Amino acid sequence: MFDQATLAIIFVSLMGLATLMYAVLDGYDLGVGILLPLDDETSADTMIASIGPFWDANETWLVLAIGLLLIAFPTAHSIVFQALYIPCTFMLIGLIMRGVAFDFRAKAIVAHKRKWDTVFKSGSLLASLAQGYMLGLYVMGFSNTLEAHGFALLSAIGVSAAYTFIGSAWLVMKTEGDLQQKAIAHCKSTVVITFIGILLVSLVNLLISPEIYQKWFDFPYALILIPIPIICASFFVLCWFVLKRLAKQPNIGAALPFFFALLIFTLSFFGLAFSFFPEIVPGKLTIWQAVAAPEALNFMLWGALIVVPTILAYTAFSYRVFWGKVDELRYY
Amino acid sequence: MLDTLMLSRIQFAANISFHILFPTITIAMCWFLVFFKVRFDMTGNPVWMRAYRFWVKIFALSFALGVVSGITMSFQFGTNWPGFMEKVGNIAGPLLGYEVLTAFFLEATFLGIMLFGIKRVPPKVHTLACIVVAIGTTLSAFWILSLNSWMQTPTGFEMRDGIAYPTDWFAVIFNPSFPYRLAHMLLASGLTASFMIIGVSCYRLLKGDDKQAPKLTLKVAVIVAAILSPLQAFVGDLHGLNTLEHQPQKIAAMEGVWQTEKGAPLLLFAIPDEENRTNHFEIGIPNMASFILTHELDGEIKGLDQFKGEHPPVKPVFFGFRIMVGLGLLMIAISWFATYTLKKRGQLPTWLMRILVGLTFSGWLATLAGWYVTEIGRQPYLVSGVLKVSDAATQIAPANVGFSLALYLTTYAILLVAYLHTVFLMARRAVEIEEFDMSEKPIKQLPSKGDNAYV
Repeated sequence: MFDQATLAIIFVSLMGLATLMYAVLDGYDLGVGILLPLDDETSADTMIASIGPFWDANETWLVLAIGLLLIAFPTAHSIVFQALYIPCTFMLIGLIMRGVAFDFRAKAIVAHKRKWDTVFKSGSLLASLAQGYMLGLYVMGFSNTLEAHGFALLSAIGVSAAYTFIGSAWLVMKTEGDLQQKAIAHCKSTVVITFIGILLVSLVNLLISPEIYQKWFDFPYALILIPIPIICASFFVLCWFVLKRLAKQPNIGAALPFFFALLIFTLSFFGLAFSFFPEIVPGKLTIWQAVAAPEALNFMLWGALIVVPTILAYTAFSYRVFWGKVDELRYY
Repeated sequence: MLDTLMLSRIQFAANISFHILFPTITIAMCWFLVFFKVRFDMTGNPVWMRAYRFWVKIFALSFALGVVSGITMSFQFGTNWPGFMEKVGNIAGPLLGYEVLTAFFLEATFLGIMLFGIKRVPPKVHTLACIVVAIGTTLSAFWILSLNSWMQTPTGFEMRDGIAYPTDWFAVIFNPSFPYRLAHMLLASGLTASFMIIGVSCYRLLKGDDKQAPKLTLKVAVIVAAILSPLQAFVGDLHGLNTLEHQPQKIAAMEGVWQTEKGAPLLLFAIPDEENRTNHFEIGIPNMASFILTHELDGEIKGLDQFKGEHPPVKPVFFGFRIMVGLGLLMIAISWFATYTLKKRGQLPTWLMRILVGLTFSGWLATLAGWYVTEIGRQPYLVSGVLKVSDAATQIAPANVGFSLALYLTTYAILLVAYLHTVFLMARRAVEIEEFDMSEKPIKQLPSKGDNAYV
């Protein structure tokens, strides 16, 4: 059995894993939703088919991440979500819209299909913007000032751009022909916006918090830390060149942009997590102050240690089953 | 003006009422699908596959609605009821956590393979995926009902400084009312799915469908309903006895017993009057309630007078219980009659099919009514004897809750209409188009790709 302090570390790590999994996995399917064209039914169908088998499981990572916050850090959960009540409602409405539109569009009469596509697209955009807004407010420590909300607005656009970036990278990998070329073009423009977004969030983080600034630039940790943003930036550059080449040779290395997006998401996530650790509500609560009773967490932990690897294994199995270009679905 | 507490209660009630509709369908329907699929694997008869293919679409739609409303629910614990997690989070948290870990991921991941992977994996693996999804949905019911039952009959914990700490996880999970509630809910799901399959199959037949699939699904579901409905009455009775033991105030409200009495009558109808603490227009069978609950004609039933200020509002519990039992009895009668007619004549008369179409969603009504009985019956407590509802509510501004409530209500109303419309639309479409035949391999023409590969 672990003591409370260790449990806090373990559960915040598990929560981090769930959040990162969510950002990457639901990130790409939200991104595909944002890109859904309303005037080109064939492309829309292919795009939806590319995320069809996965979206539900992807979204479950959100439930796990929020669930872990609720279970392991109940006071933090209550502070965070009372502060984010309205954007959180918008996010949920967005997720409801896209989750149901996905199923209704395939079953509705043809005349209504376009409408459900509109619902799907706007739901995806609404959920992404709301998540970005919530992230922005979190970074600003939930302060209710004009600057905080302005920054949250920027963050909303940044996160939506990042999701669109990973979503288009997913399409580059999963599609062929015209649609793939379009996806490459989208990927090129969103990779730039995402880069600017991450740069801005990082700078603001450093500017508003002397502690965070100190953390990153204190010798000798700086030697290990400074390479993180440099490596991250170089992935952006690499991704850009790969995309340029893919426009001409779409068959070689089509999975690379998605791979780079994955790495960029992971590094950015670690950057952010490192900046805030060990605080769970910025400026108010540390993970040790907010952690729940060891009786509860130890009971939870044994399950998590067995189940999480199993989940990862069958998730991998599911991705293997649906491996390859989405167009192949046609030949079966 | 409604305050935050009242608005939060309305919002939670709306969310849970909307949410519960869909798991109630999917938990049992998934086992129906497993049955259809296994029968196909065993016999190779394409009619089983057509039955599977039609119902898997309705399953997928119901599942999606359950997922999205479930996510909303999971957020509301923290947003609207922070006191709940602060006081009993050490117990509620892990139960919810285990639901996500053991059930949600399982069903969500294998659902992808179940719906879209039929041509990408060997048939046996596909059938296995269906079984895994069915196990996932049932496990999910296991955990959530364990938590709900614990809130009704809490055991296996101790209070330290006003916060609940688990002392015995086995006692927490398998708390006294849990086995009854789980069995009652699973049977409710079985009946809801059966009556939905019966109703929609009859609808297809009435619309002139002369294919084998709707006749087959009708027959299967009628037989299942005829078996499950009396079983449900039996389990319901056991559940009632368990409630009498642990939550006598709920039984008193269900039976409309204001004063403790011996030989209490079974009230078929009455209008409870909360102000004067009495009933009007009573129609009852003498001594029957005592007999059912204590198995003695003059057995004593505790009245609401013993629980002043600590008992639930009587009217909704009283009427909810009668609606549930009434629908249950109707289900027994009609499923037995339909089974008998089917055995004797091989088909159902038109008038009966019309009634059955009308009863398509009778399971929903019975489940909701029963759910209100048990949930309102726990008032004013959120966790019986441990935490009052009013002590768990959020402090956020009423305007915010009002705003989110309006958004949810609008969304849910639209979705419910769209859902009902789409179910019958799919049934009408199935009447006209010849269904997909699995026996011809390989299948060349799938409909458009986005039209979900399982159409």
